[in-house]
Amino acid sequence: MKKAELIGGNVASYVDDRTGAAKWLRKNLTKVFPDHWSFMLGEIVLYSFIILLLSGTFLTFWFDPSQREVVYEGSYEPLQDIKMSAAYASTLHISFDVRGGLLMRQIHHWAALLFMAGMIAHLMRVFFTGAFRKPREANWLIGVGLVTLGIVEGFLGYSLPDDLLSGTGIRIAEAIIQALPVVGSYLAFFAFGGAFPGEAFIPRIYTVHVLLLPGAFLALITIHLMLVWYQKHTQYPGPGRTEKNVVGYPLMPVYMAKAGGFFFIVFGVTALLGAVASINPIWLYGPYNPGQISAGSQPDFYMGWLDGLVRMAPPIESYIFGYTISWNILIPGLIIPGILFTLMALYPFIESWMTGDKEEHHLLDRPRNNPNRTAIGAMSLSFVLVTLINGGNDIIATSFDLTINQIMWFSRIGVIVIPPLVFVITKRICLSLQRADREKVLHGRETGRLVMLPHGEFVEIHEELTPAQKFTLTQHEQPRALILPATDANGVLNPQGIKGKIRARFSQAHVEQVPAPTESEAKALEGGHH
Amino acid sequence: MSNEIQKFQDPGLPEHVHRKTDVDPKAADRAERQVAILFVLSALSTFLAIYAYIFIKDDIFFFLPIMGSTNAHQLFLGLGMAFSLLFIGLGMAHWAKNLMPDTEVIAERHEFRSPDEDREDFVRTVKEQAGAAGLGRRSLIKRTLGLALGVSALTPIVLLRDLGPLPGKELEKTSWKTGTRLVTDPGDRPIRPEDLEVGAVAQVLPELESGKVRHLYDIAKDAVLLIRLRPSEFQLNPERLSWTHDGIIAFSKICSHMGCAVALYEQQTKHLLCPCHQSTFDVTRAAKVIFGPSARPLPQLAITVDAEGYLVAQQPFNEPVGPSYWERSS
Amino acid sequence: MEKMNSRIKKLSRYRRHRFAGPALLVVALITMGTTFQVASALPNSSKMETTPKSTLIEEGKRIYNFGCSTCHGLNLEGGGIAPALIGVGAASVDFQVGTGRMPMADMSQQAMRKQPIYNEEETAALAAYVASLAPGPDIINEAQLTYERDGNTAEGGELFRTNCAMCHNFAGQGGALTQGKYAPTLMGVDAKYIYEAMITGPQSMPVFSDKTITPQEKLSIIKWVKAAENEPNLGGAALGRVGPVTEGLLVWTLGLGLLIGIAVWLTMKAK
Repeated sequence: MKKAELIGGNVASYVDDRTGAAKWLRKNLTKVFPDHWSFMLGEIVLYSFIILLLSGTFLTFWFDPSQREVVYEGSYEPLQDIKMSAAYASTLHISFDVRGGLLMRQIHHWAALLFMAGMIAHLMRVFFTGAFRKPREANWLIGVGLVTLGIVEGFLGYSLPDDLLSGTGIRIAEAIIQALPVVGSYLAFFAFGGAFPGEAFIPRIYTVHVLLLPGAFLALITIHLMLVWYQKHTQYPGPGRTEKNVVGYPLMPVYMAKAGGFFFIVFGVTALLGAVASINPIWLYGPYNPGQISAGSQPDFYMGWLDGLVRMAPPIESYIFGYTISWNILIPGLIIPGILFTLMALYPFIESWMTGDKEEHHLLDRPRNNPNRTAIGAMSLSFVLVTLINGGNDIIATSFDLTINQIMWFSRIGVIVIPPLVFVITKRICLSLQRADREKVLHGRETGRLVMLPHGEFVEIHEELTPAQKFTLTQHEQPRALILPATDANGVLNPQGIKGKIRARFSQAHVEQVPAPTESEAKALEGGHH
Repeated sequence: MSNEIQKFQDPGLPEHVHRKTDVDPKAADRAERQVAILFVLSALSTFLAIYAYIFIKDDIFFFLPIMGSTNAHQLFLGLGMAFSLLFIGLGMAHWAKNLMPDTEVIAERHEFRSPDEDREDFVRTVKEQAGAAGLGRRSLIKRTLGLALGVSALTPIVLLRDLGPLPGKELEKTSWKTGTRLVTDPGDRPIRPEDLEVGAVAQVLPELESGKVRHLYDIAKDAVLLIRLRPSEFQLNPERLSWTHDGIIAFSKICSHMGCAVALYEQQTKHLLCPCHQSTFDVTRAAKVIFGPSARPLPQLAITVDAEGYLVAQQPFNEPVGPSYWERSS
Repeated sequence: MEKMNSRIKKLSRYRRHRFAGPALLVVALITMGTTFQVASALPNSSKMETTPKSTLIEEGKRIYNFGCSTCHGLNLEGGGIAPALIGVGAASVDFQVGTGRMPMADMSQQAMRKQPIYNEEETAALAAYVASLAPGPDIINEAQLTYERDGNTAEGGELFRTNCAMCHNFAGQGGALTQGKYAPTLMGVDAKYIYEAMITGPQSMPVFSDKTITPQEKLSIIKWVKAAENEPNLGGAALGRVGPVTEGLLVWTLGLGLLIGIAVWLTMKAK
């Protein structure tokens, strides 16, 4: 023990002599991280990314990103002597002639799905708890950037094996590029090195998939984490937790052990999926051929909602002065996703403008305590969910004895009708939950135990909440509506104009709350009762 | 009765509740043993993975409920790897939860905003430095620098020019010419009208000119679906009717929406369905769109028979096949 | 090279494997409880006929008049709800009745495969009767189904992907058509019926003529379908072999669900 200490000391002083790291490290090793399961969602994403880097590197050792035509002579008999691209043949080679190759391919693909699912779950957690508020707007923007890049990166990976399904996906991507006004056909020819499918696309997207985008991820994830580190993590409200502190466990050793352990757990679960569940069995799809297609051709789920949007688009094209504008592709393929992602990215600023809230926030909101935001989130999710359902309408139709036409019409109408409904319903639910909280604080929790009073009346016993519970349920701020000045200093009527009116209206909607009970109220109630 | 009178007070951080392992050395020892067992299990799982890699042949299959017939090599290699990782993780977590200190600590946050004097100092410094560099006065430098930077971004864009050729008329052309025979895909056999019964379909491509090879980019524009109906079932204008032969009608198989292969032909309803986005086309009415997102009918290929009685194209497609693009005129 | 040979052996071995039966086709989508199931009970292939032909036709006519004429008409002329059967041939009758599609149980969009109502002899009699009134494709007999010998799996795969996969899916699992119609799964379907379907074009399915897809090519398609049917799950549970939809469901439920469960345990205070 003594000797080990000595060696450790020597190494440490060697490093510190040259960098002065000891001071910084000491401070940061005791850095406090709050503990909550929902704070692990981002870690799932981070670890999936590391798994993707490791398993992806393994795959590159054999993958040949080339669309050169070869004749298959590997060990999968049903494709023997079939002409295919080298990319597809080498993917078959990895699957059947490299031991553990199929396992790694499946781990890579499962990790990619987990990466995206984890990102979306993490994004939802951050949104619904208001963690994106000042001072964390920049990190929200980086997060939105990561989701966007993730969709692109995932799609490119799905395209690389050059099987029938991925080729179909590329075909659709090409059609979207080609539909761009003015430059579309030029961009398509540049991207594909000529007419679709050509022989250039897969080698090109390979570089983007294994070098450019992972590099961008690495940079963005690093900044994302540094900001979390520097700004300190948010925390859920509760006794002892304030805007001025952070309560949790020190990095060394508890958080390190938990986070480190969780990395192995995420890797383990991914490997488990890779071991027991088949994903993208490319040998069944066959090599890509533009004259072939499979029933039920879908993209992975993170693109599925886009596919669903494209499916439900109305059949509209404009022909103006001999030129074509394909609204049926542009609207669902570019315009709507563009608007959605822009609104998502700008949401922190939009909310701050609507509410006039310019304060720093380190305590998270309980989703019910911000009904407007929660309803906006639920509304957006319902939109994506309807489109996602339409993206799998053929599989759903055959599985549940429906018709694709029914599901398509349900989605076409639902995508417009359901989100507003969800908004209203969610907001009502939030307010009801607030009311329930209020009841609990003032009258205690219903225990379900009935007692008969001496004079024969039955009453249910209500158990009083602990002071900690009472505090947790009532600590949130009570927002106040922005007041629109009727005249300014010079007597001009309505100086903020229509913009101010809109803002005031939003602010009004935002403050619609059930007032949190106060101790004074509770006391008054007590006095009245007994 | 204002809400603000008195909020519920923060009772402060709850007192630390000791775990069993904090107070009972036996429980702590037990937890230590559990962690150790998890780590040992992980090591054993690694051996399972290595054993599977080397010794389990990849041609052994066995039946498992739910999973069906399963490959033993793949399964045990994967399970070994999965559990070797999972047990390390679970062990570390168990260790952290039960044996590491679990007292919550409080760290103070500090305001990010710099004190006012620092801010003023910063502004002053920037102004001084900028003034020294003459940024404020020498606008010529600023403008020309802006110009140079802006223009320099053009080089990388220009450099990308050779990524591909210009589209030219490429998107309008297919390999179909007047008199090109229709041959089966795959098989490349020419087809006579009498080869197709009513209700039959055939996937066809243009016959290859000698010495040429078929590329995927040819198929991506040339693929055609041949369908035979009863001639009485057609509801076509005279021109389109003249493009059919004896109830046989030919359409481009490349979807006019996004280019998937539209080959789902329903013989009873005479509808063609694209499996990608469910555009539905009515064959009897020259592939008119009756459902889904496609805005245009599938291009029809005019066919007839040649001297030897084989089906041939009367003329090339009269419009570009496949998805729309800007320069397309209708 | 040696490895490759062993692989080929391996693949030919598992095709004969005793487990590779219909049981393999029952694939459950574990967490959603959605089960993709195929009927396993199928009629055995028909035996050689011994009954004299004329009595067979007589018997067929009797069955027809009793069980089919209400919809298809006394003279096979069809009616408002059922197509004419003139010239459909014995193969068509054998397919429709032998797979239990006819007689239909109800007036649904599409006749379903089910337990056949008529036995082999009755089916043969019906087929003989219908064929006796107008010629059409003949029943495929065992001697013609030499796909094991004459078929080529890889070629069959190419043909399948070009001609069949758009409706029946890349692995023959079936798929959706318009207005609630569907292409049924090909798993567990007798080779004879696959062949008969190709030459008769039942219901929504078009006809695949012998000139555009030769009989030898049809055998290759059947050989490939059988290979796909008997292919064990090389990468683990097959999830219905319907593509990314079930994969996405699994990652959200089992994958993310399991990890969130562990995260809850991990962040819970120990007692």
